[in-house]
Amino acid sequence: MLKDRLVIALGERDGISGPSIEACVRAAGGTVVFGATECFV
Amino acid sequence: MDLHSQEAILRLAGEHGPQKLVVILGAPDPESAEIAAETVVLGDPSYAGPLAGAQLGLDVYHILEDDMRADVPDDVWEEQIGVMADVLDGPAISTAVAAMRAQVPPQS
Repeated sequence: MLKDRLVIALGERDGISGPSIEACVRAAGGTVVFGATECFV
Repeated sequence: MDLHSQEAILRLAGEHGPQKLVVILGAPDPESAEIAAETVVLGDPSYAGPLAGAQLGLDVYHILEDDMRADVPDDVWEEQIGVMADVLDGPAISTAVAAMRAQVPPQS
């Protein structure tokens, strides 16, 4: 599902962070084109 | 969703085409996951950011959804997600995001 996809990784500080999502995406063969860790308030 | 992220998503959708992108969320609860998913599918519900009125219809998932988990090698999953998969309510978050994914408008 992620292999060869262009991925926008939108993590959240209180959930899963952007870098953690990015690492998972790369390990699954996807390409991260944007990543961020937001603070939902 | 903060304005910087909305700007980036709008730019990337223009560069690559919405069909080539997939958004992966890490929101901590169903409510925030739903708002983030709505923003990239139907547009910014607060009408405050660049995605206001932009029905991009992007493919969107939460990292805790089963389809995502199945794609990630176990060692990476354990290192990067680990205990958070037990702390967060994955099934409820997945249901919220799937419901918004079902509202993707037809592509013209």
